[in-house]
Amino acid sequence: MSLTTTPTTTPTGPRAGSGGLADDPFVVAGRTLRSRLFVGTGKFASYDLMRSAIEASGSEVVTVALRRVDLSGPAGQDILDFIDTDRFLLLPNTSGAADADQAVRLAKLARAAGMPDWVKLEVTPDPRSLAPDPIETLKAAEALVAEGFTVLPYCSADPILCRHLEEAGCATVMPLGAWIGSNRGVRTRDAIELIVQQAGVPVVVDAGLGAPSHAAEAMELGADAVLVNTAIAVARDPVAMAQAFAEGTRAGRRAYRAGTAPARQAAEASSPMTGFLEGLGPA
Amino acid sequence: MTGTAVTSDTFEAILAGTPVSDLVRASLDATTVDVYRAIGRAEAGQADLWDFAALISPAGGGLLEEIGQAARRVTERRFGRAVHLFAPLYLSNECLSTCIYCGFSKDLDIRRRTLTPEEVQREARHLLHDGFRHVLLVSAEHRKHVSPEYLELVLRRLHPDVPSLTIETEVWDTDHYERFREAGCEGVVIYQETYDPATYARTHVGGRKRHYGYRLAGPERVARAGLRRIGIGALFGLHPQWREDAVALAAHGDWLVRTYWRLEVTAAFPRMRPSASGFEPAHLMGDREFVQLTAAYRLFLHDVGIVLSTREPASLRDGLLPFGITHMSAGSHTEPGGYEQPGDAEEQFAISDQRSPAEVVQVLRARGYDPVWKDWSAALAGDALEAL
Repeated sequence: MSLTTTPTTTPTGPRAGSGGLADDPFVVAGRTLRSRLFVGTGKFASYDLMRSAIEASGSEVVTVALRRVDLSGPAGQDILDFIDTDRFLLLPNTSGAADADQAVRLAKLARAAGMPDWVKLEVTPDPRSLAPDPIETLKAAEALVAEGFTVLPYCSADPILCRHLEEAGCATVMPLGAWIGSNRGVRTRDAIELIVQQAGVPVVVDAGLGAPSHAAEAMELGADAVLVNTAIAVARDPVAMAQAFAEGTRAGRRAYRAGTAPARQAAEASSPMTGFLEGLGPA
Repeated sequence: MTGTAVTSDTFEAILAGTPVSDLVRASLDATTVDVYRAIGRAEAGQADLWDFAALISPAGGGLLEEIGQAARRVTERRFGRAVHLFAPLYLSNECLSTCIYCGFSKDLDIRRRTLTPEEVQREARHLLHDGFRHVLLVSAEHRKHVSPEYLELVLRRLHPDVPSLTIETEVWDTDHYERFREAGCEGVVIYQETYDPATYARTHVGGRKRHYGYRLAGPERVARAGLRRIGIGALFGLHPQWREDAVALAAHGDWLVRTYWRLEVTAAFPRMRPSASGFEPAHLMGDREFVQLTAAYRLFLHDVGIVLSTREPASLRDGLLPFGITHMSAGSHTEPGGYEQPGDAEEQFAISDQRSPAEVVQVLRARGYDPVWKDWSAALAGDALEAL
């Protein structure tokens, strides 16, 4: 049973035999997705390579930095010309925004230009760490939800911030696994566990996943999806790596659904607790 | 900012979509292997309702020691060895509802009274003298005698002296709960009695309490009114299959903590006691099953407090402590005015643990528990701080 998209209070049947993916729909803001891998479009050596890698990833959600989109440039050379929007859900992101106002402006510009009103919200005032600003992110999320956007915020792996973002009406929360571009894996593991347990919207682990095993780990923890960019884009063979991430993501999800056996504590000697029941007479 | 819901669902809808009878069947069919797996998953905080069903299963009854040890580890990790003490203060036994099992039921010919605010203050002083700093105000359901205005008045009178006030009365609308909060009320206790609509209808035959759905949504209204605490529970002995109510109560606690995350949730599993109603329980959960349910609930919901009342006998109360108990009443009287003038009115039910608060504290200490009288003050949440 997923603890997020399927609340434990509404199980649909016994856990046994539910290890498949056909009965495991992933729904974001009313849209059902088959793939739980989101991919980014930055850092590829070429748009052609990017297109092939997206294809190989099996992903249905592709995020694009709005600041890179050049709608006035020559036809056939913009990044959007390499993404088939009939097949992929284009998820414009606000990367580069340093505060809430800039993020909101970017999103509105994108909508005015005819892009979908889904937005991956990123507010990163520190150009070195690119750490998300929790306060400005929440402000921007509130403003964008009020404007009718479907908001998927990239955020710190902070359980209370995720609560606030959820209450603000965000469609997902996207806590970071590690610093963006760091390829360090799920360094925020303990926080992600808690966020997943409590979330009422899908949890997408974003940033820092450097290897398919990292994606699998996030999914085993119960994340609903992962977003990967750098690790695919800068691999020696991005197309093969995209495929490997797809497999890692699927394996992790399948393991989570199968009910990963928890690590057991070593046996500990303790005095018996039920002895007192003997003195109480017939049960 | 109050406990805003993140979903538009109500628990009534959630419960309707929960396969309670399948879960109970799975519980009755569970094997030892299922129970061991459930213990592992539950201790790791990964349990779902199917695991809970295994934990309360007959097979689990054979592994009570193992379930208990896991529940103890989880309890100590989350709550330490603190046991929060509180006392019920009965305001009134006058009632307009007819509930066939209750000693206060409308048509019973019993001595009835409603305390004046001055009498309530005297009772509260008695409890404060005993050491209590958390008082639960309890009453039967009589709109005229125990009106929202009466409750507000009583809360305002007690608020300066009693740091923590909670109420267990008939259920009210959200705006009433907001008024109670402003008057110093910190939390509300609403036991659904039984989650099965048919059993509910059979046992609640007259008065406002017969409205199942309004009562079931009570905790949601409490949360929306911004109160800090909600206590939920089922009265075991109403439903012939106790596991059905246990599963529903688990689902309810789980949903509440997910949906209203600012809320502190406690749960209780009161078992039917003799009362003036003369009601004979359909089936009384045995002692071992009661202990098993306590441990299972703790394992399923690590953060939910578990309340144990004086309706259980001393030996059972003491033995049950490590299985997940976090809140206890002590030296209780269940009749209005019972602390100052015992026997002046009919009690709701007969208590079983007759020990004084001081004796209970002694036992807690001897067993390595820390009795906690005070852990919050409504004054901290109100205007008092703004005035600083």
